[in-house]
Amino acid sequence: MGLLSKKDAALITDPLADNNPITIQVLGICSALAITAELKASIVMSISVLFVLGIGNVVISLLRNIIPSKIRIIVQLIVVAALVIIVDLVLKAFAYELSKTLSVFVGLIITNCIIMGRFEAFALGNGPWKSFLDGIGNALGYGVILIAVGFFRELLGSGTLLGFKVLGDPIEKTGLYAIGYENNGFMLLSPMALIVVGIIIWIQRTKNPALIED
Amino acid sequence: MSKRTDSNLYTMLFAIGMVVIVGSLLAFVFSQTKPLITQNQKIEKQQNILYAMGVNENDESSAVFISSDKAGAEFSKYIKKQLIIKGAEVTENNEAYLINVKKEQTNAKNGITRKLPLFVGEKEGKTFYIAPIRGKGLWDAIWGYVAMDQNMVVQGAFFDHKGETPGLGANIKQRYFMDDFIGENLMSNGVFKGITVSKSNNDPKNIDKNDNEVDAIAGATITGDGVAAMIKSELSQYVPYFKTLK
Repeated sequence: MGLLSKKDAALITDPLADNNPITIQVLGICSALAITAELKASIVMSISVLFVLGIGNVVISLLRNIIPSKIRIIVQLIVVAALVIIVDLVLKAFAYELSKTLSVFVGLIITNCIIMGRFEAFALGNGPWKSFLDGIGNALGYGVILIAVGFFRELLGSGTLLGFKVLGDPIEKTGLYAIGYENNGFMLLSPMALIVVGIIIWIQRTKNPALIED
Repeated sequence: MSKRTDSNLYTMLFAIGMVVIVGSLLAFVFSQTKPLITQNQKIEKQQNILYAMGVNENDESSAVFISSDKAGAEFSKYIKKQLIIKGAEVTENNEAYLINVKKEQTNAKNGITRKLPLFVGEKEGKTFYIAPIRGKGLWDAIWGYVAMDQNMVVQGAFFDHKGETPGLGANIKQRYFMDDFIGENLMSNGVFKGITVSKSNNDPKNIDKNDNEVDAIAGATITGDGVAAMIKSELSQYVPYFKTLK
């Protein structure tokens, strides 16, 4: 990458693989369970987090030398909450349709542990540019897992992808359903998200034994 | 330098300053966007009402409203009368669609006679009576509009929700669920019965339209029960009006 130094590039690529926020740091699990029953919801949530984490990290990084350490968590919360409310209002005013799709997620973003986690662990100790890259990288790492989980849950649970019936019609018995295939309703429930994330963690650690703690 | 930010005075001043700045920023953004948001919500109500009576841009499987810039004109074209039913009194009011159903429900609880909005629409020579409904889902409010003919047979339905689970309860706004209501009779032998969202009706294609039942969504029991409950409690209040039509 010509634009970024090697160190800066690592800020983006590390969270995508061996320092993934969900599978390695185990942050942001709550939203990964709650909203991954559909692929579309996963994608929308990933983009929202990308936006808030990127900007939030920069804001916190700019303020890092003047934030009193005693109340830093409260300050972080206020920054996230304010950002999320502004985004919500602007969307409602200028992109009403989109804001309706997002409605559930807006609240969930504030409580997303990845955001507080990155503020606390990175933005408070690094400059704005690095913090921005870190925010983007972690949000992408989060998004990749979310989309993977959403893909399998929607495909196996409802037999659709982004709402399209890719496996045929379960009621009319066409496509795969004609030969006796059935949707697994269990995939739509939250526990299955945990199991899917577990399988991803398993695969990742098998490929890279350095990740296994004693 | 790090010591400077540790003093109590600095912490207090920082907190106060932060609250003032963030507070005024939010207030500013809110006041700037409010007129646009109110306008969007009005249009959405018109789109919802039109959707229920079949004025929409649906393709095979997705639910598409008529576009927001056309909504106002189409609304005045198709909706012939907007009524407010208050007890036995029926008045016409062109802003009836702006009635806040939630507020009226609270009024009813406090013993004040509630205003019931009803929209009379006409399309291709057919008359539709569209009523708003509102109730509780699993997490938050659910609401919708039901279009009926004069015998209280459902001609179209639209549901929406504030925060039901994506992939489960949120699917009440999917075509396959909403379309099931079309043709269902709200009455049974002359008595109002409502429509139950049933997990046990052995009729997934919804061929029997007189059973007062539609098929439930798997994994969304409480949202489905909420839909059935709001249909029952809200639409039953319109029965006296529909009796006067005969």
